[in-house]
Amino acid sequence: MRRHTSRREFLLAAGGVAAGMGLAAVIGVEPAGATPAAMQDAIGKVVGAARVTPGKVRLELPPLSENGNTVPLAVSVESPMTEADHVRAIHVFTEKNPQPDVVSFRFGPRAGRASVATRIRLADTQTVVAICELSDGAFWSGSAAVVVTLAACLEEV
Amino acid sequence: MASALINVPARARRGEVIEIKTLISHAMETGYRRSQLGAPIPRDIIRLFVCTYNGTEVFRAELHPAVAANPFIAFSTVAMESGTLAFRWTGDNGFSVTESAAITVG
Amino acid sequence: MRLFCAAVCAIAIVAPAFAGEIPRAERRSGYDFMSRETRAMQDDDSANPGLLWVLEGEALWNRKTGTAGRACADCHGDARASMKGVAARHPAFGTAQGRPVSLEQRINLCRTDRQKAPVLAWESRDLLALTAYVARQSRGLPIELAIDQRTQPFLDAGRAAFHRRQGQLNLACSQCHDDNWGRRLAGNVIPQAHPTGYPLYRLEWQGLGSLQRRLRNCLVGMRAEPHDYGAPDFVDLELFLMWRARGMTIEAPAVRP
Repeated sequence: MRRHTSRREFLLAAGGVAAGMGLAAVIGVEPAGATPAAMQDAIGKVVGAARVTPGKVRLELPPLSENGNTVPLAVSVESPMTEADHVRAIHVFTEKNPQPDVVSFRFGPRAGRASVATRIRLADTQTVVAICELSDGAFWSGSAAVVVTLAACLEEV
Repeated sequence: MASALINVPARARRGEVIEIKTLISHAMETGYRRSQLGAPIPRDIIRLFVCTYNGTEVFRAELHPAVAANPFIAFSTVAMESGTLAFRWTGDNGFSVTESAAITVG
Repeated sequence: MRLFCAAVCAIAIVAPAFAGEIPRAERRSGYDFMSRETRAMQDDDSANPGLLWVLEGEALWNRKTGTAGRACADCHGDARASMKGVAARHPAFGTAQGRPVSLEQRINLCRTDRQKAPVLAWESRDLLALTAYVARQSRGLPIELAIDQRTQPFLDAGRAAFHRRQGQLNLACSQCHDDNWGRRLAGNVIPQAHPTGYPLYRLEWQGLGSLQRRLRNCLVGMRAEPHDYGAPDFVDLELFLMWRARGMTIEAPAVRP
């Protein structure tokens, strides 16, 4: 596949650099709160002071979505789902939506599998993050990047 | 007139992990849209989905506006005993829908 | 004179494919141009949002209404049997109307004539639900319109509309959908524009909509004046699009981006 830097990728990289320098990544016109920093805050509310380790969480999203209104999402965590060792919750966040929280799923040993599927909205090309909370209190994370396109002939002019 | 589609296997073996698929009609108005005249359209979403199995809660989902319209949620549970799986969606403006499905576990 | 007309009509009907028309072997449903995930959404009956409308349509089918106090089921019985194939052959000629009528119009005609109930507004939830329920009964069946000397003039009008340049962009439908299908426009693949799945759940709409709604979107996208719902121009175009898709399988209710 021909690899080239699209305008979106350039802006993303530029935004990422800006965020790294402590500036809000404002790309285009966006409502307040749509920043990776807001997502970190939202994650912080869930995990508190605990550390989040990347791993264990398998987040499946199409790399290219045909319409940001409905993007299929599947998230699962390998776990025996026993009373002693199970997934308590999975939280999904985005970095560029008007607000970072997407959905939270709560499980117990009766779930059998820590595996859920749903459909979410993505306002722009961005990275989606899933944080899982295990019964031992540990937090793990997984992420996926999605490019979001729009239909050519829109309803509203 | 909110309709819901539930997909639960009618029968299962004891201890089997079954997959449940649910679909409910709801616009999930985000609260970020504006009308043609520029007036903001207020938020109106489903906020909570709970599944109980013979009265015991086995799964819960807390929804935010980023969940797509006509929410689809697929999850699993362990088939423990015969009985009823009950599903309840609640949200803004007093939205409340309950559905149930029977399951035979042998 | 009658014989002459019949002869001309016969020739017109068996005329070879219009220049630029997609050969039968190359006809592809919009389904084939979608991503794997969207196709999965359509294929799974427990995940296809269009089925929510089918469910509502089933309830409406069985509900008594109008001053006649009749339900669709009272005359038509089980839709699974009586409505099989109906969507696959609409728009169909309405003798009383003297012109083809679409499935939605047919449903409303039943409501006013038989149920003595008020018409259901275009794109209203109830009309979409009933249309989706009826169309669902044709799923898997090939599109097969009856074209004869009565419907031929309307088919020709629809064909002319499809090939006519219009709007500020001076575009004809055929330029995208006959000549450039498979290529990309603004990041999306241009489909061949076969109405095999209507009424369908469009991710763009976050709801179910009719073919006419989609056609209005097209016209607005081309910066052309969209016709009013139910305008004869739309039904003629629907007739042509369904004829152009003859032999293809009904997928209603489909899912599209």
